[in-house]
Amino acid sequence: MSSPQPSDSSDLVQFDHVSCSYGGSPVVEDVDIVVRRGDFLGIVGPSGSGKTTVLRALLGSIAPVHGRIRRSPGLRLGYVPQLETVDWNFPVTVGEVVAMGRQQSKLWPTLSADEKKQISSILERLGLEGLERRHIRELSGGQQQRVFLARALMQKPDILVLDEPTAGVDVRTRHEILHVLVDLNEAPPIGDGITIVLTTHDLNGLAAHLPRLVCFNRTVIADGRPSDVLQPYFLERTYGAPMEVLLHGGMPVVLEQGGEELRERLGRRGA
Amino acid sequence: MAKNCANDSGVVEHEGKHDLPAVRMMAVDLLEPFSFAFFQRGLIVATLAGALCGLIGVFVVLRNMSYIGHGLSHAVFGGAALAAVLNLNYFLGAGMWGLASGLMIAQVARKRIIGADAAIGVITTASFAMGLALQARFGQAKRSIDAVLFGNVLGVFNRDIFAVLAVGIVSIAVIVLLYRRLLFTTFDPEVAGVSGVSVPRMEGVLMLLLSATILVTVRVIGVLLISALLVLPAVTARMITNSFGRMLWLSPVLGAVFGGIGMYASWYADVPSGAVIILAGTIVFIAVYSTVGVRRRARVAGLDHHGSSLRSA
Repeated sequence: MSSPQPSDSSDLVQFDHVSCSYGGSPVVEDVDIVVRRGDFLGIVGPSGSGKTTVLRALLGSIAPVHGRIRRSPGLRLGYVPQLETVDWNFPVTVGEVVAMGRQQSKLWPTLSADEKKQISSILERLGLEGLERRHIRELSGGQQQRVFLARALMQKPDILVLDEPTAGVDVRTRHEILHVLVDLNEAPPIGDGITIVLTTHDLNGLAAHLPRLVCFNRTVIADGRPSDVLQPYFLERTYGAPMEVLLHGGMPVVLEQGGEELRERLGRRGA
Repeated sequence: MAKNCANDSGVVEHEGKHDLPAVRMMAVDLLEPFSFAFFQRGLIVATLAGALCGLIGVFVVLRNMSYIGHGLSHAVFGGAALAAVLNLNYFLGAGMWGLASGLMIAQVARKRIIGADAAIGVITTASFAMGLALQARFGQAKRSIDAVLFGNVLGVFNRDIFAVLAVGIVSIAVIVLLYRRLLFTTFDPEVAGVSGVSVPRMEGVLMLLLSATILVTVRVIGVLLISALLVLPAVTARMITNSFGRMLWLSPVLGAVFGGIGMYASWYADVPSGAVIILAGTIVFIAVYSTVGVRRRARVAGLDHHGSSLRSA
């Protein structure tokens, strides 16, 4: 499924046979991914498959032990971490979190008029106006996700990187987050034309809707459109478990196999 | 006007119209300690030390550094004892020793054979034990070593006041200028690093400020109580506010109040001032703890050092 394309000006980041490790044996190996301008790319794979490591390498917070990562010069990245990793006891208000995203080279701590305007326009855009003085814990899951999105947007990113943006949120919140991301990704003048890379566990609720998917388990198993990538062969190689794929109105729906056995065992109890 | 002075063990030489009367008149009494120069110095230094510990304590509490603070103060004790025996300047001797201990901790922790907390435990308690051994062997240095162990607000000299003041001014300047970066590093180091903040540099800055704070305040509060003064104002401020910015000025104010009230009360209680300062802080902490609601209390539960955090219901 990998599509060998010549590097051109629309390539923002190129992974070239990249391996990463945290001191021991490599966590991810021989990864080739190209992120192009305007991409809306989802990375799926089981827990512990190295998805977050790929994001870290993309962001430059860890360096590859083998291979290289080429970034287009002056590339700006915004990172939205997994909500689970946030310290919810930390005393910060919504306004304080968003202001962290200002240009880091500025020394004076107070915000300029321009920065204040930028913050209020981002907050309004994301439906967070009036919440500046609230503690981050007092918000709903969707609002919390958007606060960290707002901080990333303060950095005017070319690529927005999100780790599990819909983990642990309900269906409505997931839709709400997806719509915000689609708006940001859409080409100007409708949207902002921001390239998006995210990881997710949610095959049917999120991954199947995206224009491009990477199936990942220590390395790239498949890369392409969901209808090409969400195939039993690739899914079994990614998850190590047999899966079935149905088409529902042209969209792939992934089902786990082994359900009959489970139903049978549980059904016996009800009888 | 009575002339008073205090020698460096804190013994008050007092000559005046009358000695401290056994039965005191209340009306006169409340202002009485202020007529003594050593008390004035003590009050100033206790208030300043409280404010400084309150300020640095915000980072100590939010970054779970309180064990490092505890360890560094013990390491400083070893350095102070060595400085006293060798007749070196306290700030030079204890400062160098503290710095060396800090580097050793970092070195041992980096090798990952033992954890950072164990490294702190080994190196700083060894340093502390060396201080105790020196104190036992070379008794003549006992006075100033005692001052470091238990604190001696009444024995402070002007140079102690200037030292606290200088570290305080530098700390305020650094924290104001690096405010957003320090906040970002403290809240979310990984994303801060990705966003262009030099996280190791910010962590180094915080360690330096903490070491300098301990160095200049330990003779006032004492090795054994300094870590309490680093924690009490900050956790009390944390219960009152949800904003990092507000916590950053509220905590020093509380620290100053604890220092001032504790110092003043110690005059009448006839108890070492370090102990009264911490007790004053503890009383305020308990008062705030019992008045803020259950919801807010759950928030502070996440600040304990075992990492078990209660989520609010």
